[in-house]
Amino acid sequence: MKETPLSNCERRFLLRAIEEKKRLDGRQTYDYRNIKISFGTDYGCCIVELGKTRVLGQVSCELVSPKLNRATEGILFFNLELSQMAAPAFEPGRQSDLLVKLNRLLERCLRNSKCIDTESLCVVAGEKVWQIRVDLHLLNHDGNIIDAASIAAIVALCHFRRPDVSVQGDEVTLYTLEERDPVPLSIHHMPICVSFAFFQQGTYLLVDPSEREERVMDGLLVIAMNKHREICTIQSSGGIMLLKDQVLRCSKIAGVKVVEITELIQKALENDQKVRKEGGKFGFVESMANQRITAFKMEKAPIDTSDVEEKAEEIISEAEPPSEVVSKPVLWTPGTAQIGEGIENSWGHLEDSEKEDEDEGGSDEAIILDGMKMDTGVEVSNIGSQDAPIVLSDSEEEEMIILEPDKNPKKIRTQTISATQVKAPSKKPVKKRKKKRAAN
Amino acid sequence: AEAAGVPAESLAGCRARAARTVLDQVVLPGEELLLPDQEDGDGPGGAGERPLRLNAAARSRGRVVCGPGLRRCGDRLLVTKCGRLRHKEPGSGSGGGVYWVDSQQKRYVPVKGDHVIGIVTAKSGDIFKVDVGGSEPASLSYLAFEGATKRNRPNVQVGDLIYGQFVVANKDMEPEMVCIDSCGRANGMGVIGQDGLLFKVTLGLIRKLLAPDCEILQEVGKLYPLEIVFGMNGRIWVKAKTIQQTLILANILEACEHMTADQRKQIFSRLAES
Repeated sequence: MKETPLSNCERRFLLRAIEEKKRLDGRQTYDYRNIKISFGTDYGCCIVELGKTRVLGQVSCELVSPKLNRATEGILFFNLELSQMAAPAFEPGRQSDLLVKLNRLLERCLRNSKCIDTESLCVVAGEKVWQIRVDLHLLNHDGNIIDAASIAAIVALCHFRRPDVSVQGDEVTLYTLEERDPVPLSIHHMPICVSFAFFQQGTYLLVDPSEREERVMDGLLVIAMNKHREICTIQSSGGIMLLKDQVLRCSKIAGVKVVEITELIQKALENDQKVRKEGGKFGFVESMANQRITAFKMEKAPIDTSDVEEKAEEIISEAEPPSEVVSKPVLWTPGTAQIGEGIENSWGHLEDSEKEDEDEGGSDEAIILDGMKMDTGVEVSNIGSQDAPIVLSDSEEEEMIILEPDKNPKKIRTQTISATQVKAPSKKPVKKRKKKRAAN
Repeated sequence: AEAAGVPAESLAGCRARAARTVLDQVVLPGEELLLPDQEDGDGPGGAGERPLRLNAAARSRGRVVCGPGLRRCGDRLLVTKCGRLRHKEPGSGSGGGVYWVDSQQKRYVPVKGDHVIGIVTAKSGDIFKVDVGGSEPASLSYLAFEGATKRNRPNVQVGDLIYGQFVVANKDMEPEMVCIDSCGRANGMGVIGQDGLLFKVTLGLIRKLLAPDCEILQEVGKLYPLEIVFGMNGRIWVKAKTIQQTLILANILEACEHMTADQRKQIFSRLAES
């Protein structure tokens, strides 16, 4: 599917906002979006969220024979994939320019900076080494893929544990996770990419551009750095001319950001470690707040339903006895038997519960219920007179019963809604103002 | 609990439920529903519910309209979307009213008569190609503007925003838009100004905002003077006096989706003070 085009008005608005030092999501020039790191149940699996951009990282390993010219070094392999799930404009199975660029940048950032000790991945020199494969999947695209992907890659690598091996003579033994604790990779440092978007030929600069900002930017500068302020990679794209001062300033900003992000990563790793050790619950399911699907339900939140619940419980407790009776088949005359809700005693019980409700509910509810009660009263007398059960007739009456307990709480609910709505707005703003005055 | 409980019950039962009893509850694709006409059918000894039959007798009782998310499949009524079942009472006389499923969705599917905001992507001959967020771009004739003639062409550039209405929106066909009503008047439609901000929200939020009794809009209107256009395709164009105000409005509208009425009122009162 084609990418949604950027309209002229969006472009103009974005550029004007940037001139006024404002961003769409209210960030400052040098602010990152919120970064969230969550781990899967397996080692080496993580999801990094940078605002709405989401990258899944998964590390796997395999014993392979090494490359001929590097007999004692393990192999590192990085692969970033842009699926259609991230944005409909990404085509599956095609190496787009963007994808090639991102993969190359990731390799330069992580492999060429030698952040992982590849020699420690050697099992038998010249014969068996570990191949570590880092798969990165973009789950949602909202700009700045490279930063999110580089964080996801390094987090997944830090989190990964490979199975332990031992070499005795010529024999290589691979231990399963149960036999021996898996070993972490030895990581020298953690390179992290920081992106800078330039606008108006480098006049304006933004850190961590969002998707729409990326579309209107003139150029991009990516600096990969570790917390020791060592630059691992630097790449400028978009064909803008940058001054020496600008690059230096960017590297200073990158230094600060990388320290912050590294701290966050370490904290996340520690937390996960702690939870695993204590045997608590971990994995993606635990770390994800269930917010989206319940969005429809949120409207109901402020309604005061405390009374309704009590009443509902009472109704339920009152209504239970008939179900016990129902379980027995009733044989009335030879050839006819009855199982079900239509036996006469259920009427009596329902009516009782309603009467109690009325007593509690007060006068206004009684008015609503009056009409209902009349109906049921008539029916009860009907059934009382008919001693023989007639199954056909109660199909209509059944519906009446179903409706009544339903309607009752609903009406109460609407009353409480209106009551809370009237009360809430009048009280809350006043309180707020008072607080503010006190603060002033 | 509601969301979890209802589907489990329906799957276990594997029996069609009456549409009336599941109103405002969550329904799942593949579920079968019964309309009120079929529920209180005349079957002696039956459970009082029969699968939907669109026979002459049913039709005489009044027409039931099945909106988005529901599909008639033979003589059955199937749910095709996950969401809450809604019902609107018929305006006058008899009839079953309208049933539809209110679902959370971002992808727009063109519907005839919908007002949408589109972005012009190409000018080719006498039609414009307009991106509306659907699976394919809509076409818009240059004659479909107010006062446009063969000589007097409207001034539309690639990248401009168009507020228009669908006149053709069929399955597997290119949708067609116009910017005039049946009398040839613009009626608010046409090219949207060069300023202002366009942003995307979910389709559910748009429907919520366009509901006749929507409080959000009235509250927003009290904050700043503003111009606003809602497209049923999930696009909102908003313009206020300054960039700052426009940004605030856009962010508020976006955030409204997951806020309760109380939270919203707090935020609006805080904004009104500042």
